[in-house]
Amino acid sequence: MHKLLDNKNALGLLFMLPAGALLLVFLTYPLGLGTWLGFTDAKIGRTGEWIGLENFQFLIGDSVARLSLFNTLFYTIVASVLKFVLGLWLALLLNRSLPFKSFLRAIVLLPFIVPTALSAIAFWWIYDSQFSVVSWTLVKMGLIDRYIDFLGDPWMARASVIIANIWRGVPFVAISLLAGLQTIPPSLYEASSIDGATPWQQFWNVTLPLLTPIIAVVMTFSVLFTFTDFQLIYVLTRGGPLNATHLMATLSFQRGIPGGALGEGAALAMLMVPFLLAAILFSYFGLQRRAWQQGGSDK
Amino acid sequence: MEYLQSLPRRWVTLYIPLGAFLVVLLFPFYWMVMTSFKSNEELAAKAANPFWIVKPTLEHFEKLLFRTEYPQWLWNTVLISTVATFLSLFCAVLAAYAIERLRFRGSRQVGLSIFFAYLVPPSILFIPLALIVFKLGLFDSPWALILTYPTFLVPFCTWLLMGYFRTIPYELEECALIDGATRWQILVKIMLPLAVPGLISAGIFAFTLSWNEFIYALTFISSSENKTVPVGVITELVEGDVYHWGALMAGALLGSLPVAILYSFFVEYYVSGMTGAVKE
Repeated sequence: MHKLLDNKNALGLLFMLPAGALLLVFLTYPLGLGTWLGFTDAKIGRTGEWIGLENFQFLIGDSVARLSLFNTLFYTIVASVLKFVLGLWLALLLNRSLPFKSFLRAIVLLPFIVPTALSAIAFWWIYDSQFSVVSWTLVKMGLIDRYIDFLGDPWMARASVIIANIWRGVPFVAISLLAGLQTIPPSLYEASSIDGATPWQQFWNVTLPLLTPIIAVVMTFSVLFTFTDFQLIYVLTRGGPLNATHLMATLSFQRGIPGGALGEGAALAMLMVPFLLAAILFSYFGLQRRAWQQGGSDK
Repeated sequence: MEYLQSLPRRWVTLYIPLGAFLVVLLFPFYWMVMTSFKSNEELAAKAANPFWIVKPTLEHFEKLLFRTEYPQWLWNTVLISTVATFLSLFCAVLAAYAIERLRFRGSRQVGLSIFFAYLVPPSILFIPLALIVFKLGLFDSPWALILTYPTFLVPFCTWLLMGYFRTIPYELEECALIDGATRWQILVKIMLPLAVPGLISAGIFAFTLSWNEFIYALTFISSSENKTVPVGVITELVEGDVYHWGALMAGALLGSLPVAILYSFFVEYYVSGMTGAVKE
């Protein structure tokens, strides 16, 4: 027994057991099961039969599914770009010398830590077609004369959910990038300013190149979570109006759980995987590059 | 002179944009508070200034706490988040120590797959997981959530703790080994006390992640008395076409407060947990 516990491999296996068992049963197995379900006609309460690519063929021909792919890509790209630009800007602002700096940093992160479903309710109320405070203010300022139907018009609804997503995501991007900014040695800025670099040049030639690896990782996470977003849409629009805000995740839920078509829902979820893999590969090379920049010694 | 010139410049490039960011980021919270203390008549009055309350009232909180199952949802959320967090920490400590320090054969690959496991989003897992939960007889029980939350908590905590363990000098462990300590003793008596900040970071982060989880709780729980706060507020407080905005906002506010308070006590740990997971 003692001999066994001294053996690194046996002990390693023993220590990995709780985590490994949990992850195998509730992560790896469902991943496999989900893939299999995508090729079956499983419904709630009925084990599915293998039907090959039928689900995928149906989804490709389904205009709502195609629209949800477009919505997901549009939502992810627009929200991620804006989250990156605004997040980087906020990080740069917070990196300057400021009074109450750590207090400000704590406040900024609030939208990220409160439950999204609950802050989404606040946005739902802000976007209300009759009582919206935004409409009220704009009317009082004389800029519009009718209340805006934020969630009733397809493009308006897309813009509204994207704004709510950005609101939630900017703090995460900003605080992560701020941590990256703080690792840049001040001596680099001193040296470049002695050489006569303007702040703008310093940003492009010092800050941005040194920040690139962490930007790659942060944005991968951000893209991943935006692409698979569910709760914000579920609370604000449930995919409406006219499916204009249905993302692949919300459509997969709607078809699979309330709709009962488990096979079709799983197939939709599986269609997200290629995009996620692309994001993960991107992250992997981001990490590689970081290791390379630090002489390969770092993880 | 230079001071006078640079002051407005600082306002334009720093204080005004930062102020704008803060106003936008905090406005929804302000709005939650305002709405939850307003009476229904005041909420319906279109002419009045909506940014302020004329007569604050506690009626929405009273309704929430005494005429809905909200207290039960709060209790469920606390229970599920706490148990899931401790379960995940336990698994993660052992796994991180094994991967980082025991260096068993294949530990590198296991470490990498843990990172990839962290990247698997719940929204592609919930359908097959629903089947598994059902088959295990866990449907509509808190255990369905306690056992499935670790799918995203364990990879995150393990990844974070691996980074922490890496910073603890190996020499400490070698000395203990020479003195005849077992690996278990080393883990409990040397590594864990030194990794307390890491444990707090991982624990706080895991707790807020479980508190905020939505899609599993929505899918695996059906009866009202077993719901968590985010799902309960969305599915039970919205009745037909009449939205009780006051009660909804009060529910959102009360549901956000526990994590906000916890966060305010452990800001530094939370931030280091969040950025640590990204940086490693």
